[in-house]
Amino acid sequence: MKTMQKFSERDIALVSLFTAFVAALGLVPTVMLASGVPITAQSLGIMLCGTVLGSIRGFAAAGLFVLLVALGLPLLAGGRGGLGLFVTPSAGFLIGFPFAAFAIGWIVENTKSVGPFWATAGASIAGGVVLLYIPGIFGMAFAIEKSLAEAAVLALPFVPGDILKAVLAGLVTSSLLRMRPESVISRRI
Amino acid sequence: MISLISPVKTRFHDVPAGPKLLVLCFFTAVLFSADSAATHVSAVAVVGLLYILSGSRFLIAGLRALIPLWPFLAVIAAWHSFTGTLVSGFEIAAKLLAAVGLANFVTMTTRLDDLLGFVQRLTSPFRKSRQGLSGLDLAVALVVRFTPTLARKGQALTLAWKARSTRQPNWRIVVPFTLTAIDDAEKVAEAIRARSRG
Repeated sequence: MKTMQKFSERDIALVSLFTAFVAALGLVPTVMLASGVPITAQSLGIMLCGTVLGSIRGFAAAGLFVLLVALGLPLLAGGRGGLGLFVTPSAGFLIGFPFAAFAIGWIVENTKSVGPFWATAGASIAGGVVLLYIPGIFGMAFAIEKSLAEAAVLALPFVPGDILKAVLAGLVTSSLLRMRPESVISRRI
Repeated sequence: MISLISPVKTRFHDVPAGPKLLVLCFFTAVLFSADSAATHVSAVAVVGLLYILSGSRFLIAGLRALIPLWPFLAVIAAWHSFTGTLVSGFEIAAKLLAAVGLANFVTMTTRLDDLLGFVQRLTSPFRKSRQGLSGLDLAVALVVRFTPTLARKGQALTLAWKARSTRQPNWRIVVPFTLTAIDDAEKVAEAIRARSRG
């Protein structure tokens, strides 16, 4: 995998600005679900990191976001940040963000023969819902001492919202491809 | 500067980031492996004492930082009331409170550049040259600089939508917002190149 020193100035700027973009999306009003994790447009931002920037840059942008949250920047929705978040029941989702972005980007890069909407929405469901929920459910089960099945039940209310966000990620990325194809790096690789 | 560091300087601010993070790792590992309620309650008491020793303003800021934990604690209380295992629910809540409390304490008493320095030292064996370090520094600086800027631009887009339509802004606003981020990135890259950086 490429590391930061192999990134060009443009790559570093894109990765950083996408991290800032994900943080800015957290300022959109949130909806709190039963298990206490807020629904925000930030997970849509993580999906867009993968669909727009591709696997490596998407991983770097989402990874930088998680690193800065860990270092104490209040970048998560509601001005949250700090190491404390990594021992809460939603820690698994947070840690899973870079891997979800990588998986989404990888799928988009490798499905160029598929239509842009179906490729990006499908990739967002696979990476941003299916894959992301694996560490999410494990983290929740570990933090609140529940079985994986019980944790999965607690995580279930998020699934419809996240599928909706995956569809939105597909719509946004296909709109970008129509309006300005060169801006979607994942389809140029 | 956006950061969660406490505005009140305490004696714990002078402790380097490395030892604080090491203690946090050890404390969390012990906490999550211990089964006794006494250990969990003692841990809450120790963390509470750290906040109290740091003064009332720090304590209030610390309690405010714990607000995101309350929904989880409410779910745990509801679940264990429903299953009739309130003692077990209390233990889990105490464990979470102690772990999150100490992690927030470390965040509040450690400057961002100290934590960043620690991450750089930790990752230095994996980097081939010093150029990589400046790449991370630059990326962090850009995020800190551009998060408020992009948030303002997002709000301006929302206002522009509201001025032109009777409907509430929907997902379509994310398209120009994404393009704004990409355009800003191109301009920043251009500026970095112009300064012969990288």
